[in-house]
Amino acid sequence: MSFMKTLAGATCAFALFAGAASAEPAIIFDLGGKFDKSFNEAAFNGATRWAEETGGTFKELEMQDEAQREQALRRLAEAGANPVVMTGFAFGDTLAKVAPDFPDTKFAIIDVDWLDFPNVTQIAFSEHEGSYLVGMMAAMASKTGTVGFIGGMDIPLIRRFGCGYAQGVMAANPDAVVVLNMTGTTPAAWNDPVKGAELAKGQKAQGADVIFAAAGGTGVGVLQAAADEGILSIGVDSNQNYMHPGSVLTSMLKRVDNAVYEAFKAGADLQPGVTRMGLANDGVGYAMDENNAALVTPEMIAAVDAAAAKIKSGELVVHDYMSDDTCPAATF
Amino acid sequence: MDVGVIFPILNTTIAFATPLLLACIAGLYSERSGVFDIGLEGKMLVGAMCAGAVAFYTGSAWLGALAAIAGSLVFALIHGVTSITFRGNQLIAGVALNFLASGMTVLVAQYLFGQGGRTPPLEGAARFNPITLPFADALKEVPVIGAFYHDVISGQRILVYAAFAIVALTWWVLYRTRFGLRLRAVGENPAAVDTAGVSVKGLRFSAVMITGVLCGLAGAYMATALQAGFGKEMTAGRGYIALAALIFAKWRPIQAMYACLLFGFFQALALRPDVVESVVQFKVPVPFLDALPYILTVLVLAGFVGKAIPPRAGGEPYVKER
Repeated sequence: MSFMKTLAGATCAFALFAGAASAEPAIIFDLGGKFDKSFNEAAFNGATRWAEETGGTFKELEMQDEAQREQALRRLAEAGANPVVMTGFAFGDTLAKVAPDFPDTKFAIIDVDWLDFPNVTQIAFSEHEGSYLVGMMAAMASKTGTVGFIGGMDIPLIRRFGCGYAQGVMAANPDAVVVLNMTGTTPAAWNDPVKGAELAKGQKAQGADVIFAAAGGTGVGVLQAAADEGILSIGVDSNQNYMHPGSVLTSMLKRVDNAVYEAFKAGADLQPGVTRMGLANDGVGYAMDENNAALVTPEMIAAVDAAAAKIKSGELVVHDYMSDDTCPAATF
Repeated sequence: MDVGVIFPILNTTIAFATPLLLACIAGLYSERSGVFDIGLEGKMLVGAMCAGAVAFYTGSAWLGALAAIAGSLVFALIHGVTSITFRGNQLIAGVALNFLASGMTVLVAQYLFGQGGRTPPLEGAARFNPITLPFADALKEVPVIGAFYHDVISGQRILVYAAFAIVALTWWVLYRTRFGLRLRAVGENPAAVDTAGVSVKGLRFSAVMITGVLCGLAGAYMATALQAGFGKEMTAGRGYIALAALIFAKWRPIQAMYACLLFGFFQALALRPDVVESVVQFKVPVPFLDALPYILTVLVLAGFVGKAIPPRAGGEPYVKER
């Protein structure tokens, strides 16, 4: 027992010392895992870019299960990390508990916009706008007139993706059918490629020939199944076009990397408040590169860019599912 | 409701039932010999990781499957040594192996590939690809039966056909061979087997090794047939569902096949809530469909669908002398 006390004391002392010595930024990845090739990986890339440009170092932590959240956050804050960046809405409630206890630490959280603390920066994305654009492309690329959407965990944020996508599909082809599936109702749904692949096959059986996966690591399975079955898929968050060249139509970009990069760059001077990243400030968009150049026709690009310009100017408003929990183009 | 909708579901049913079936038959050998094996999940996971990694390096799904069997056998051996040789608690050994597998597979895959505990995507011959059975295309136009043959029976992977062949083989071994008789006896009354001059340890070890081989195949199927590579926790509780199926089938091979097909059918249904809704005319929550195998098992254990009596000597290490 006394050994344990010594150990605990030493750990605390070390933590305090480390805190005094430096103020490294820190990032906590959510359950999809750092290498989900999607959301968390984008965040990691942003952090890496900051480290390469400034020569600085950062602390990082990957969540393994739900129960760790609060402990992980407190430990990083106690260790003197500043700012602490969290990826994912699931940290919202935890942060609301932890933030008041560390008034001198700056926190940044992605995908949350409902907190109100003087030391918390919130970055929310207008995913419905980016999803609208890829929805239009999906409808134009589809030969069957049926397209699919596979979400990760069934939460309002993912419905926002699905709703924006469905609106885009309907805008390009009012007769189109959108098949919607969610992978699950627990955070495990972010990392279940087996189920993702089977859902994709199920959607193909229902006639879908373009499938948009907004499902973190689960999307790996969706993209794989689409490539196996010879249909098109749409990646999410990061540019996933390279994963199956010739089969991934495009990727809905969510510039989580920029958000993390900016937060790290601001460091301890991070300003509180809510930042909304949409089409207008390049927070979301669609990905074009050599891997999908042959799949996307000039007409698609022209139509999508015209819609993007209208959204930026405010002429076209894409309905945000999270504003009233309803969707004009789809039912969940 | 037309057959055009039901056939893809049945196809998925078979695809999903196969890993359950392999793991279930694996558990059957072990448990029939009197060694409870809660570590099916862990062995499948190790098999999946080995298959994913070796298939990626060699480009051969067959070598991947061999590696899966080898990896799973190592775990089976540890289970055997712990619970047969050293008479440890079989359940605790199994749980420990599950934890070990869960952490170790990710660690090794991360060390080898640095992709977050995933193995790189497999292509071409590195996966078991669907096989078109003879006459499938010719019979395609025959109503119902031909279409069933083409859409459901044909177009599966070789491991699927192997799994169903293993069920028949297991029935024959268990009920028509000397080894099978002794295997069943050692799970019911090891003292009698011992008195007859047959090695209890030998029988139990061979059963546990067969379990290892079959779990390895189940893992290989997950990583190189159903999916294109290993992913963290990719078995997602299938080892436990296989155990549930084993209890549901009352430790009999043919019934185990039906149980696994039923559970596979539920898993396939959970992917198509639209079909369920159109049949029952109201919205069934997907989590309910996911939970059905467990609910059924609880009902069986509660004695509603006949009595499930496990092998009598199951869970107890055999002590030769007192």
